[in-house]
Amino acid sequence: MIVAERKPFEEIKDMLKGYKKVLNVGCGTCVAVCLTGGEKEVEVLNAELDMARKLDENPIELGAITIERQCDREYLEALDDKVGDYEALLSMACGAGIQFLAERFPSKPVLPAVDTTFIGVNQDVGWYEERCRSCSSCVLGWTGGICPVTMCAKGVYNGPCGGTDNGNCEIHQDQPCAWFKIYERLAGQDRLDLIMEYQPIVAWKNQKPRTLMQPGYKKPEEAE
Amino acid sequence: MHLLRSIQKGADGVYVVGCLEGTCHYNEGNLRASERVEHVRNLLEEIGLESDRARMYNLSSGEGPTFAAYAKEMTENIRALGPNPLKKWAKV
Amino acid sequence: MKSGSNLEKVLEAGHFAFTGELGPPRGTNAEEVREKAQHLKGMVDMVNITDNQTAVVRMASWAACMILIQEGLEPNFQMVCRDRNRLAMQADILGAYTHGVRNMLCLSGDHCMFGDHPDAMGVFDIDSMQLINMVKTMRDEGKFQSGTDIEDPPKIFIGAAANPFADPFEWRVHRLAKKINAGVDFIQTQCIYNMDRFKKWIKEANDMGLTEKAYILAGVTPMKNVGMARYMQKKVPGIEVPEELIDRLKGVDKKKVADEGIKIACEQVEEFKEMKGVHGVHMMAIEWEHKVPEIAERAKVLPRPVMD
Repeated sequence: MIVAERKPFEEIKDMLKGYKKVLNVGCGTCVAVCLTGGEKEVEVLNAELDMARKLDENPIELGAITIERQCDREYLEALDDKVGDYEALLSMACGAGIQFLAERFPSKPVLPAVDTTFIGVNQDVGWYEERCRSCSSCVLGWTGGICPVTMCAKGVYNGPCGGTDNGNCEIHQDQPCAWFKIYERLAGQDRLDLIMEYQPIVAWKNQKPRTLMQPGYKKPEEAE
Repeated sequence: MHLLRSIQKGADGVYVVGCLEGTCHYNEGNLRASERVEHVRNLLEEIGLESDRARMYNLSSGEGPTFAAYAKEMTENIRALGPNPLKKWAKV
Repeated sequence: MKSGSNLEKVLEAGHFAFTGELGPPRGTNAEEVREKAQHLKGMVDMVNITDNQTAVVRMASWAACMILIQEGLEPNFQMVCRDRNRLAMQADILGAYTHGVRNMLCLSGDHCMFGDHPDAMGVFDIDSMQLINMVKTMRDEGKFQSGTDIEDPPKIFIGAAANPFADPFEWRVHRLAKKINAGVDFIQTQCIYNMDRFKKWIKEANDMGLTEKAYILAGVTPMKNVGMARYMQKKVPGIEVPEELIDRLKGVDKKKVADEGIKIACEQVEEFKEMKGVHGVHMMAIEWEHKVPEIAERAKVLPRPVMD
């Protein structure tokens, strides 16, 4: 899922400084799962902002609404008749959702309450880790299911580099060396032959905004 | 959320009382509560209020005198911090 | 001859090679490079010029290489994968070759976080092995990485690093094999202190026939003092320093530690001269360039062969 982290409070407060009536829009999917931007987090942030602005003798009126997700127009529809009352929208969704929200209401300032951080996994409640960089050229098939783009600090395809330190990446003792792990995993499956061959230079496919058009589907204006 | 709300509505302080470590009937309830109280203390700092307005105390249900002592301590703590500046907003 | 570089000629002729290293300044002072170069002149077959070493910005490697050529020495142009994409790399290779550079060392590079610009983006468009292959393609096929022709292709003697001490240990010799298949001509190893471990690695390399396909230069760095030895043992990833070595340094008079460090280094050189599969030594006396003449003398690698 997409993991996001709430921006520092001061930053959010600063973004809202000129506004007196703001709607805080939460998202019930990815950001709710990672406890950053769901219904509860909207409530907490609103309480914080309310108190902080009162302490500044500059109260703010905050609305709260959490929709299923902000990256799907069918759910954004629910906001259509509500946003008119507000000066600005504060979104707790991931970057994709925030942009869709901004696109739908182009006359309203839309502000991000979160920093979208990574595509990752749920290790335990409150603990999430990055696993994928969406490079569009998945090589997990020959790396034993460990991503060299994401998990190797230098994105090496013919690893490991010379900096492996006791199975850890040179960048930190707590960061395992991805290639050390790939080696272990493949050795355990007796598939080391997969990394014996030189891996040629990658044709990066993530260098411009990407679109996916599923076969059998057309963009609306193309369908008759 | 409850802790934050009480401060938001003007309470000068709020304290949570939980069982002694290791004696929780629900095993970890008191530990989780203490983590949450710590989190709320950080949130209070974040918005510009004193973190000490929220506190957690641990004791067993049989320790009547200790409970009274903690209550007194909390009261003195809050008196020292002064009234909640948000109180005036709550009266509106 | 692939490149006609001095190092290539020395190795082809069967001599035991002896190379050095020099780090460019953190500014525009060419004189500093010239001074260091003067210490190394005539003492080594080739001088490595580091590339933003430890991710700290310095005068570009290619620029310092040019100063070295002006001074009559042969540079080894180091290039890391951290700071440049494939376009910039190929462009720099063309440029460096035009100015007389004939040797290159293809490296991954230390992560940005170690240096003075920790927030920078690490490029890593290609990795060190892919860089080796790219340079080989430029040289032997006369083609850019994209497949189009190069007018007047550069003929570079291609080098890479090898670390026999990093884990997984069993994998390291296979990685060496991969680098050789990718096109490497010579290897400079990470500095060696654990001779037993190194001997294991070189034996495996010999058994696999790798030492007949590429020249191996064993890395040596003399210890200046106990503090340096401790630091390298504990803080530098990929370097293994046996406790016996530190004991040996501790066992001499404080004023004699540097001398003992050089003595140990020279003993290593003597061993490497006799070791099957080792074709030379790469002496990394960084910020100790003025000591290299003494080290070269005591290691009995002088005079250096003069090739035409």
